[in-house]
Amino acid sequence: MTGPGRAVPTLLLDQAGDDERLLAACPTDLAGHRRRHPRPPAPGRQPDPDLLDAIERSGLTGRGGAGFPTAQKLRAVGAARGPRVVVVNGAEGEPASGKDRVLLTHAPHLVLDGAVVAAAAVGAARVVVCVDRSQPEALAAIRTALAERAAESDGAAWQVAASPSRYVTGQSSAIVQWLGGGPAVPTGVHAHQRGVDGRPTLVQNVETLAHLALVASQGPAWFRSLGTVDEPGTTLVTVTGAVARPSVVEVALGSPVPDIIRRAGGSSEPLQALLIGGYFGTWVDARAGLQARYSRAGLAPLGAGPGAGVVIALPATACGVAETARVLAWFAGESAGQCGPCAFGLPALATAAAELARGAAGPAEVDRLRRWAGEIEGRGACRHPDGATALLRSALTVFAADVEAHAGGAPCAGSSRPPALRVPAPGEGWR
Amino acid sequence: MSPRRSLVLAVDPIACQGHGGCAELFPEGIRLDDWGYPILRPGPVPDELMAHARWAVSNCPALALRLEAPAAERRR
Ligand SMILES: Cc1cc2nc3c(=O)[nH]c(=O)nc-3n(C[C@H](O)[C@H](O)[C@H](O)COP(=O)(O)O)c2cc1C
Ligand code: SF4
Ligand code: SF4
Repeated sequence: MTGPGRAVPTLLLDQAGDDERLLAACPTDLAGHRRRHPRPPAPGRQPDPDLLDAIERSGLTGRGGAGFPTAQKLRAVGAARGPRVVVVNGAEGEPASGKDRVLLTHAPHLVLDGAVVAAAAVGAARVVVCVDRSQPEALAAIRTALAERAAESDGAAWQVAASPSRYVTGQSSAIVQWLGGGPAVPTGVHAHQRGVDGRPTLVQNVETLAHLALVASQGPAWFRSLGTVDEPGTTLVTVTGAVARPSVVEVALGSPVPDIIRRAGGSSEPLQALLIGGYFGTWVDARAGLQARYSRAGLAPLGAGPGAGVVIALPATACGVAETARVLAWFAGESAGQCGPCAFGLPALATAAAELARGAAGPAEVDRLRRWAGEIEGRGACRHPDGATALLRSALTVFAADVEAHAGGAPCAGSSRPPALRVPAPGEGWR
Repeated sequence: MSPRRSLVLAVDPIACQGHGGCAELFPEGIRLDDWGYPILRPGPVPDELMAHARWAVSNCPALALRLEAPAAERRR
C-alpha cells in the first residue's frame, strides 16, 4: 500500500558502499551522535563570514532538486536585514524519492546539526523543521531528537511542523506561506526576501543540511575528497523500479550509473529506460543511461540531471507512453490551480497523453502535445509545470518508436500491463 | 537626457485571470495559448510599440501585466 503522496512504500537503507558519509552507521541518540560529531557553532545574530567562506570552498550544492550553490543562497539570506529564519525542508514531495525520510530517521541529529550550522552561517535564531505529515517515523525521529537536544542548548529556537502531503508543499514559497498559516501553495515571492512572518528565510533541503554539518566539522577539503572537481561530495539516491532491492544509497557524485543500480541489487528484469531525477525528471534510454556517470555533467549529454536524487528502472515489458501518461495525470492533480498554463495546460497534456497511450490519438495530436509542452514551460509561478513538460518531452524522444506505433493506432502490449511506476493517491487539502 | 532603458513584458501568472484583453490591445507582443492565457514575446519591447504595450498594461483588469527591466538588470 502506498500512503497519500507516497509512491515508494519500503526502501532499504544500503550501507554496503565505500563512500558513506550521511548514511554511515551511527547511533541515532544524541550521546552516541556526539561521540562522532562535534557540537556545531552556536548561531549569533549576524552571519559568520568564516563559515560562509568554508561553505563556499566546499562547493556544496542543494540536494532538493535545483542544485543551486548553497553558499550563494546562505549569503543572500545573510545579507538581508532583520531576524532571519531557517526552514529545514523535509516535505519530500517527489513521489519516487525516499532519501529525505530515510535520512531523517537514520541520522536526525546530523540534519539538526546542519540546520544549526546554517543558522550560524546566516545569523538566524529560529529554525523550523518541516516534515511530511505522512511520514510518522521521520516525524517521531525528529521530535525525539529535539527533546534530547533541549538539554544541550544549541542556541537555536526550534519548531517542528508536519506539512501537508502535496507535491508543491516543498516548493520554498509554498512552505513559507503554509508556515504563515496559509495554504501550502507557491506565492512567487522569494523566501530570502520575504519568508516566514515576513522575515528573510533560508529554505534548505534536509540532505543539503546534513552535508553542511559535515562541511563545518570536517572542513571543505575533506568534503571535496569525494566526487568530482566541479561537483564535489556524495549524494543520496533513491533507486526503485525494476531493481532487486529498492534502496536509498549514497554515492560519490560522478559515480557510474550501473554501480548505482548494482547497489540496489541490480536490475530484476531487462530494462528499456531509466527515469532520472524523479517524476520531476527525465527519461533516458537504458543503454545510454547505463554508460553515463551520475552528475550534472555526466547526465547533461542525455538531457538529464540528478534532480532530487532518484533513479527508476523501467522494465522492457512496460509501456513508456502509458507510464508517462499516468505520471502526467498525477502532475495535473497536484497543480495548485493558480496559474492558467498549469491549471489548464497540465490536464490537457495528461488527457492527450492518455489518449495516445490508448491508441486513440494520431500524429496531429502528438504534434500538438509537443507544441503545448513548449508553450506551457516556464509560464507558472513555480516550476511545477516544467517538471511535467520535461518528462513529456523526454518520453516523446526516448519512446519515439512506441509513440509512432501508438499514433498509428497500435498501442503496444505494455500499455495494458499493470503500472511499473506507482502514482500516489490524490493528495489531501492544502493545509 | 537619461539613456532610454529597454523594458520587457512580464505577467504574474497567479494574478492573471486569462481575460485575454492584453492580446487584443497588443497583438504584436502578446498572443494567447489554447486556454486563453497570454504568451509574451520575449525580449525588449521595441520603442515604436511601447505605447501599445503600456496601453495593454494599464488595461489589464487583474493588474497582472507589467513592463520591467530585463532580468539581468533587475538583479542589481
Ligand atoms: C513544485 C516543487 C516542489 C518542490 N518540492 C521540494 C521538496 O519536497 N523538498 C525539497 O527539499 N525541495 C523541494 N523543492 C525545491 C525547493 O523550492 C527549494 O529549492 C529547496 O528546498 C532548496 O533546498 P536546497 O537548495 O538544499 O536543494 C520543490 C520545488 C518545486 C518547484
Ligand atoms: S505553476 Fe502550478 S503549482 Fe506552481 S504556483 Fe502556479 S498553479 Fe501552482
Ligand atoms: S489582460 Fe491581464 S488578466 Fe487578462 S490575460 Fe492579459 S495579463 Fe491576464
